Amino acid sequence: MSRPIHREESASIGRNAINYIREAAQHGLYDIRGMGAKRAVPTFDDLVFLTASASRYPLEGYREKCESKTLLGTRYAKNPIELDIPITIAGMSFGALSANVKESLGRAATEMGTSTTTGDGGMTPEERDSSKTLVYQCLPSRYGFNPDDLRKADAIEMVLGQGAKPGGGGMLLGQKVSPRVAEMRTLPEGIDQRSACRHPDWTGPDDLKIKLDELREITDWRIPIYVKMGATRVRSDVKLAVQAGADVVVIDGMQGGTAATQQVFIEHTGIPTLAALRQAVEALEDMNVVGEVQLIISGGIRTGADVAKALALGADAVAIGQGVLVALGCNHHSYVQEGANIDATEDYTTLGTAPGYCHHCHTGRCPVGITTQDANLERRLTPDVGAKRLKNYLQVLDMEVTTLARACGKSNIHHLEREDVVALTIEAAAMAKVPLAGTDWIPGTLPSE
Amino acid sequence: MARALQLDLAKLSVREVNQFLHDELSASGADRIEILNPDGNHSIAAGLDADVVIDILGHAGYFTAGMNKRASVTIHGNAGWSVAENIMSGVVRVKGFASESAGASGHGGLVIIEGDASSRCGISMKGCDIVVGGSVGHFSAFMAQAGTLVVCGDAGPNLGDSIYEATIYVRGKIHSLGADAQEEELKGTDVEHISHLLAAAEIDGDAREFKRIASARKLYHWNAEAHQEY
Repeated sequence: MSRPIHREESASIGRNAINYIREAAQHGLYDIRGMGAKRAVPTFDDLVFLTASASRYPLEGYREKCESKTLLGTRYAKNPIELDIPITIAGMSFGALSANVKESLGRAATEMGTSTTTGDGGMTPEERDSSKTLVYQCLPSRYGFNPDDLRKADAIEMVLGQGAKPGGGGMLLGQKVSPRVAEMRTLPEGIDQRSACRHPDWTGPDDLKIKLDELREITDWRIPIYVKMGATRVRSDVKLAVQAGADVVVIDGMQGGTAATQQVFIEHTGIPTLAALRQAVEALEDMNVVGEVQLIISGGIRTGADVAKALALGADAVAIGQGVLVALGCNHHSYVQEGANIDATEDYTTLGTAPGYCHHCHTGRCPVGITTQDANLERRLTPDVGAKRLKNYLQVLDMEVTTLARACGKSNIHHLEREDVVALTIEAAAMAKVPLAGTDWIPGTLPSE
Repeated sequence: MARALQLDLAKLSVREVNQFLHDELSASGADRIEILNPDGNHSIAAGLDADVVIDILGHAGYFTAGMNKRASVTIHGNAGWSVAENIMSGVVRVKGFASESAGASGHGGLVIIEGDASSRCGISMKGCDIVVGGSVGHFSAFMAQAGTLVVCGDAGPNLGDSIYEATIYVRGKIHSLGADAQEEELKGTDVEHISHLLAAAEIDGDAREFKRIASARKLYHWNAEAHQEY
């Protein structure tokens, strides 16, 4: 006689926790992976716009222009950055990405009148040649960092951290340290690169100011300097960056992606982008530098609605990384070769994953040829295909932002304001400090505030 | 005809001096510049890309001669943090002492500190050569990737921690080696290399008295069994 099988899954030690413990016990290694946090956190999806009706006057969507020009770096630089759209491409390295992908990013960004950004590994000729506006990152590793490329840059981004791993250094496993990557980074081929998490030539915010001044001296105060940070103690960090002389502050929330880091970093450090944005804006308001120091927010931005909500909450622009990769074909079941779609499912299976779930950027075995240095895999995404997809994606985002702005009665996307949005959840209302929909209640504030 | 010029930081700002060095030096016909009254100012002569001799007559602040290319810069005094950081080529000489991170992430060229250098001298160096007439502080040549650090005096704790393919030579005492750094046999090629660098730095010394430190290469691939002990 068979006994009934009792299945009561533990909430505290569920299937994921059991798998994690078993893997740890079996291998003695922690998980390293790419992409961003997979856990559910409050996001821009938890906000909605209060578009026009009787009390607000909308603009005609099809014929009344809505301006989306975006100025960045107006504080000190002789040549601020002027973009056609408020959507920029986040820093991603050659090494993490293939040269074809870097070229795709530059071409699409140029077509859409926006900027792209180098990464931990220096500037490639492909990305400089293809990018009208290129932001040059200065990272703790200083791989490939040199004054010639610095002078070719349109802006500098001093990177103190990123949302996926605030407090951690870069990581590139040996399978992606190809001969070209190794030469650019002055590393032996095939080693597991370990990057410093601290800059070699300055420590602390007082020194940061002197460092930024040095970079300005070298570039004759011509180009703006951004300061990028992972979202942790945002209010204090933004104020310190402003005091150090940042022209633009970039805050990367916990949903921000990476090519490789420890999973414990990705899922358990930093605060959600939604919360980080509001804290950053308050810091700029406290210092009375709104409009003087611009704010770029990143980390999990996917849609035009996300962009519009970020602007409404006070960002001047957004930066997108993972969304850009998905637009190029990341996690797609197939890739295009000579006009034909080739199924890549088997390659996902080899990695132990499937289309839609892959985060194996760190392996260099990207089934669709994006996060790889393997010559055969890299051919799976040509710059022509990549640039077209990305341009389409950016175009859709821009159209969505202007659609929402017009519906709110704005002739300029930068006129979107906090008053235009409400929250659908108490958590989002508390983090974004906007009212819960249908109420005047902002959790955590007193009625008089 | 080549000529020397004096730029006085008591009368000019660092911005004005650097702008001249970047944009007007060639047209001026000067091949030798004296910078007077540096008074610890930061970023003096940063971002040079010219065949010029520069003498800074006094103490200089942070990032002096940062990212130098081709120029030969001498500081006739002490230097603040990160002198000659990210140097690409040329020569930067400090007649006195240097503060932290001298020659940090330098790609090429020669950095000479005639006195002592503080901690993290040669951190993340990527191909430059550094000769220190005196001693260096803790964590010097941390994560040094390529190039050579010659220390004629003593070295502080954790020398060469996490070093890649750079080489360190120390004549005096080494307080301790950092993770993955090891002492290796001094060979004839090392002696030749040290002699060459000492001569270039115009510092006397017997190259055979130095110890050679390089990477054990145990950190080149992750090792979970190491338990953070290298």
